[in-house]
Amino acid sequence: MSETFAIGIGGAAGQGVATPGDIFAMIFSRRGLHLNAYNAYQSIIRGGHTFLTIRTGIEPVECMGDGIDLLIPLNQDTMDRHLRLLTTGGACIYNADTIKPGAAADGVQLCALPVSKMADITRNKVAQNTLALGAALSMMGVGFQSLESVIAGQFGRKGEAVVKENVDLARTGYEYATANFKPFARPLPMTEKRYAVLSGNAAMAMGGAAAGVKFYCAYPMSPSTGVLHWMAGHGRKAGIMVRQMEDEIGVINMAIGAAHAGVRSMCATSGGGFALMTEGLGLSAMAEIPVVAINCMRAGPSTGVPTKTEQGDLWQALGAAFGDFPRVIAAPLNIGDCFTLMAEIFNVTDRFQCPGIVLCDLLLSEGRLSVDPKLLDFIPEIDRGELITTNGDFHEEEYLRYKFTESGVSPRAIPGLLGYTHTVASDEHEENGVLISDEYTNAGKRRAMMDKRMRKVAGIEAMVPPPVLEGPQDAQVTLVGWGSTDGTIREARARLAEQGITANQLQIRWLVPLHGDAILKILRAAKHTILVENNYSGQFARYLRSETSFVADGHIRKYDGEPFMPHHIAEGVREQLSGSTTLSVPTHEVMV
Amino acid sequence: MATLNIVAPGPIAMADFKGKVDPDWCPGCGDFGVLAAVQKALVELQIPNHRVATVSGIGCSSNFPGFINTYGMHTLHGRSLPVASGLKLANHELTVLVTGGDGDGFGIGCGHFVHAMRRNINLTYLVLDNQIYGLTTGQTSPTSRIGMKTKSNPYGNEDAPVNPLTLALSAGATFVARGFSGDQKHLTELIKQAIQHKGFSFLDIFSPCVTYNKDNTFQWFRPRVKKLEDNAEYDATNWVAAMEKATVWGDEIPIGKFYESTDIPSLEETEPVLDAGPLINHELHIPPDVAKKFVEELM
Repeated sequence: MSETFAIGIGGAAGQGVATPGDIFAMIFSRRGLHLNAYNAYQSIIRGGHTFLTIRTGIEPVECMGDGIDLLIPLNQDTMDRHLRLLTTGGACIYNADTIKPGAAADGVQLCALPVSKMADITRNKVAQNTLALGAALSMMGVGFQSLESVIAGQFGRKGEAVVKENVDLARTGYEYATANFKPFARPLPMTEKRYAVLSGNAAMAMGGAAAGVKFYCAYPMSPSTGVLHWMAGHGRKAGIMVRQMEDEIGVINMAIGAAHAGVRSMCATSGGGFALMTEGLGLSAMAEIPVVAINCMRAGPSTGVPTKTEQGDLWQALGAAFGDFPRVIAAPLNIGDCFTLMAEIFNVTDRFQCPGIVLCDLLLSEGRLSVDPKLLDFIPEIDRGELITTNGDFHEEEYLRYKFTESGVSPRAIPGLLGYTHTVASDEHEENGVLISDEYTNAGKRRAMMDKRMRKVAGIEAMVPPPVLEGPQDAQVTLVGWGSTDGTIREARARLAEQGITANQLQIRWLVPLHGDAILKILRAAKHTILVENNYSGQFARYLRSETSFVADGHIRKYDGEPFMPHHIAEGVREQLSGSTTLSVPTHEVMV
Repeated sequence: MATLNIVAPGPIAMADFKGKVDPDWCPGCGDFGVLAAVQKALVELQIPNHRVATVSGIGCSSNFPGFINTYGMHTLHGRSLPVASGLKLANHELTVLVTGGDGDGFGIGCGHFVHAMRRNINLTYLVLDNQIYGLTTGQTSPTSRIGMKTKSNPYGNEDAPVNPLTLALSAGATFVARGFSGDQKHLTELIKQAIQHKGFSFLDIFSPCVTYNKDNTFQWFRPRVKKLEDNAEYDATNWVAAMEKATVWGDEIPIGKFYESTDIPSLEETEPVLDAGPLINHELHIPPDVAKKFVEELM
């Protein structure tokens, strides 16, 4: 990780943390900088504490990092909680009328804004936010012009008067800082690049749209609701039917109905809703109707911590629905991958007529990342598999929806076509769809149909690539993670390298199929293996062990609702290499 | 045994709708009469079998799709309506029939029942109501009367039954009717009207269970059912009158069309995404200029 600059803005929900956050993000992206944003918040609409971290740099910023360079506390609580995150060279911009600074580390600049003297605070309750924004950009060496244009865009629909008021406030803050505060050592850089900034939820929704999804339905559930919001806002333009259902049982079944008609169909939820969907996933498997369900994991069990992240639903996904059947489970590695993965998983589920599960988590779903717009490819390769969509010719052979084939895949005719009438069923059935219990339940028929369905597993394995090892082959430590921990582990490796410890990384994106043999080959050659997971019990460690018998040397786990920061992993590695433990559970030092 | 899948040109006939297997319902089951009435209605409306999808839940009556030659889908217990809704919305040119029992529709699937009706999707929902759970060998259902003795209530049912008609009316169904498996001609006519109705049509059908329900038998229903159509003064466009009529139960049990509203558009008619035709015919890729705007929004 090269040079980055991180800003933390905190306050009570409703105090307006989001707006300066959006403005900073817009300024960074317009300067051709990468960014990563993560908002730690509570499940309340007003009050409490919310803390937004935005980190920017010339190179891709893959995680929120370890510290911040600039703190903007909107209330005393934020000052008290976060001031100690600042180190030498950092600064804190605050409203001197309402907030008292605490003890800051040496070399931290405390920038007091006399807000009531700078603005009419009886009229504008969030004046301090805009003043701080202006002051911050002055200290970061950003010309006022770029702030002015972003403010105009942000407040434009509220009318000229509001734009002018905010521009004037920002200028007051900007000029005050220029006169009174020391600028940061390095001004914010600028490049010729332009990036798109999006959340994982928007990325998955857009990825679905790009993959040819024509039907989306959902029931609102944090942290997946952003997928619904994107779809609802863009569905009509994209030609996607979007429906809000009465519950997640209705969601998955409606999605399956649309998929059966012949369109690509998708839904998203979180653990609780996913639990309700599981019987439906079994229907998708049994009737061999492809559907993709996204589970944006949050801290469980039960209602759990609705606004906090966790990788705790792996076994739920592995065991979703009763009985044995082919399934596909993938975990996107970052927000850009949330987009890319969708077309890939739809191609697999369409080819093999089975359910697909995307295991995302709050960190990606609600985080935001800068992505090269070229990566948002709206014409990805689409493989709909053996789908019959045109009327049949006159033939005397009966159409067999579940025809026995070597691959286990039977050509799928969509309803409405001449010559292919058939019934699909959640009951076990024969090749022509007739229920085996309608005539006589026959052990041979049951076994033959189970074998047919399960033959698809080999084809799925061949279609999905095995994971690859990243970093030096002969590293002292091999870190294994899955899904969203990718960027944080990579940055932890960079920290370790600075400290003279070489680490490589095996990041798992496809959980089913796992490619156990390929993984085993890599891990057996590793010197010291550590599994990194955002859950209590080491769900992936247990899964890996069940599939390969491989037992890692150590584990780094976190289950407090917050994502890993790079230093958590680096410290865990050092602790384990010293031999003092095989299980590190880092403490999230920042109270959010 | 190989069967012809392509219907020969010519008028659509009962044989076109004959299923791959014969129904395995108990001899004398009310469901036979409903199956015949549905087949007859489709023939009379001359709807080709490949343009019909029959979607069911789980239960005796939910085996229906297997016994009729249309596109069929035998879904999960209680989930026929969401599946059928998705199917219809993705290809709204199909005639979609939904079949199931009282347990499937008013018990485990009751949530979907209420919400499907308020959406007014153009589905025809036929509940083969036998006031008992048959396939699980005789337990109390949501429409079992108070006091009825079943395997799950050996001392008599204590829970008041659901009134499917008032429930449907209050949930906003735009076509509400009740038929009787013992009156084929009348039932066929109701099914035809339900299919032709533009919007959600709900048809509760008395379909006696000859094995487990000894209370509500063909013999019990026959003297009680009275056709609304025989009452010249009954106005099926009057919702309040329909509500009142739907509560009549005893020596007289009305059957027929209780209510129909023809001035409420169906969801397919109001959903702009369907202006371009059924979803299944849409281009897979979204137009490049639209995609470009989606990305530009993020920059």
